[in-house]
Amino acid sequence: MSDDRTPYISVENVSKVFGGYAALDDVSLEVHEGEVLCLLGDNGAGKSTLIKILSGFHQPSSGTMKIQGEERVFKSPRDASDLGISTVHQFGGTFELMSLDRSFFVGLEPTKGWGPFKWFDRKTANEIVVREMQALGITRVSDGNRLVGSLSGGERQVSAIARAVYFGAKVLILDEPTAALGVKEAAHVLRIIMEAKLRGLAVVLVTHNVTHAMTVGYHFAILIHGEKADDFAKGERTREEITDLMAGGEAMGELEAELARLVAAGTQPA
Amino acid sequence: MLALKNLARRPEFAAFVGTLFVFVFFGYFGWPTFTSALVTAGWLNVAAELGLIALPVALVMVAGHLDLSVGSILAAGAMTYAILTGHYDLPDYIGLPAGLGVGTFFGFLNGLIVTKTKLSSFIVTLAMLFALRGLVFGITRLTTSTVLVPVEVDPFVRETFGGRIWRTYENAIILWVIMALVVSWILYKTKFGNWVFSIGGDETSARAAGVPVERTTILLFMGSGFGSALLGVTQVALFGSAQVSAGQSYVFFSIIAVVVGGVLLTGGYGSPIGVIFGTMTFAIVSQGIYSTGWDSDWSSLILGVLLLIAVFTNNTFRRLALSSGDKKDESLSTARRTDPQTSPEPATTKEATVV
Ligand SMILES: Nc1ncnc2c1ncn2[C@@H]1O[C@H](COP(=O)(O)OP(=O)(O)O)[C@@H](O)[C@H]1O
Ligand SMILES: [Mg+2]
Repeated sequence: MSDDRTPYISVENVSKVFGGYAALDDVSLEVHEGEVLCLLGDNGAGKSTLIKILSGFHQPSSGTMKIQGEERVFKSPRDASDLGISTVHQFGGTFELMSLDRSFFVGLEPTKGWGPFKWFDRKTANEIVVREMQALGITRVSDGNRLVGSLSGGERQVSAIARAVYFGAKVLILDEPTAALGVKEAAHVLRIIMEAKLRGLAVVLVTHNVTHAMTVGYHFAILIHGEKADDFAKGERTREEITDLMAGGEAMGELEAELARLVAAGTQPA
Repeated sequence: MLALKNLARRPEFAAFVGTLFVFVFFGYFGWPTFTSALVTAGWLNVAAELGLIALPVALVMVAGHLDLSVGSILAAGAMTYAILTGHYDLPDYIGLPAGLGVGTFFGFLNGLIVTKTKLSSFIVTLAMLFALRGLVFGITRLTTSTVLVPVEVDPFVRETFGGRIWRTYENAIILWVIMALVVSWILYKTKFGNWVFSIGGDETSARAAGVPVERTTILLFMGSGFGSALLGVTQVALFGSAQVSAGQSYVFFSIIAVVVGGVLLTGGYGSPIGVIFGTMTFAIVSQGIYSTGWDSDWSSLILGVLLLIAVFTNNTFRRLALSSGDKKDESLSTARRTDPQTSPEPATTKEATVV
């Protein structure tokens, strides 16, 4: 699927080989601002590998990446974040034993003072983290001094998203953000993804959950064994087709037959 | 009540209770000698000397590493100073910085090897402990043909580093206080301190967040190398000589003081104030035993038991700290000021109530 606008990120014919095994094979993708791209696929399909390339953890074995139309090579996660690409790994920030304000500002601490006597401005950090968390609906957090480990899984995801948004990310990459969450928390995280999209960010959402993907997604890509099996916009495929594809290409016929039987038995709305 | 609960959750609280316990214990069994000025100076001096190493080692351990090489680095610093001034008659203003510089350099080497090879710091610094011990022995014997080098310490250096207040309290206590202030400032008040916590918490995430992990780690090992050498030259100033085998016992003493001080062995958590208490606990037990009339061997038993209790307590406190939230409301509050579907303006412009 292509588009007239210049995508924020465009991945062109990217492959990644790990010791002879192609985890990604000739994948091309476009990530646009103000859109949620859902990356779907079974375990081992190469989703995390693709994300690690986008966030500068890995370099592609072949193929190129363009940021706003310009070819770029990321040598480190720092290079990606400097270009506005922010990744929230599966369990959010994992500094369990740090206070929320400390962990929120790791690597980007606000300081006060001069010369060698600059100090980490905890007061400002604390105020900002509480403000940003509350703005994203986490009203329970009223003190940045509490430890990250005392937050729920959803609150940690939200704090990681809040961090990315606060530091001006243009692209927010989320690796299975709802996987470990309960229904209510997952709904909250999805709502925040929508909010990030409305603020003009590009969101890349990796998920197993077709319902979650269909709720927030605008553009979908399905990976099977490292290859892009399908790429489509909202409304172009049914839930059944997506589920079917995610289960893996070769199982398709079998599943189709099974689905047909289920529909015939009336247990599944057509 | 709430304040008390918060106090109990601070990482140094258990360490403080430990110090209080051993103080009362020896105050009772060592009555009345234990509380005399002389015995107090005795354990404070031991605490101060150990503290010069334990405090920077605590930073290394908060970052999730170990430094076992402190014993040999102490000897290397002391010997460098002693050989240059005592054997080659160079002035102290060359010998003393050289001693400190050698210690810092071997700390740098530790950090460099740990960050470049990704080997565990346990093995790297253990190797350094042995290799450097051999080097110190070899070079000392080659240059001086002895293992004990006497030094005519410059009076100013002797007074500064080896002096005593009221002839009892070593000036090392002042160095210890300065070290404590510097280490606390670094850990609590600087960006660098935040990086130390983040590296100890999760090195990969710290790197992803843009923390210069390698540089920070190397600087931490340089700090413990410097602290070890500082104690080395201080002891030369105190005793007027340096010995090749000096300092080996500090390898374990420093770890005991740091762990009893509440620093988690896994890193990411701990406080310099706690380490000060841990160091005092160690010193009180090792010196207080002499006031009781018991055989001094018993102090090792007490220290061993205290260390076990400390590891157990640290883990309990860690759990306690992680559950400090009010668990009544597990689910997210979904109350929203604005509906995201209908409000495209950035939330940063929304008014926020800062509590
Ligand atoms: N660093 C690596 N070294 C070797 N193989 C890897 C590495 N990372 C991923 N792989 C392999 O690549 C394939 C895709 O993995 P991944 O991208 O993690 O899949 P997904 O996130 O879709 O579950 C898997 O077979 C995995 O074992
Ligand atoms: Mg994955």
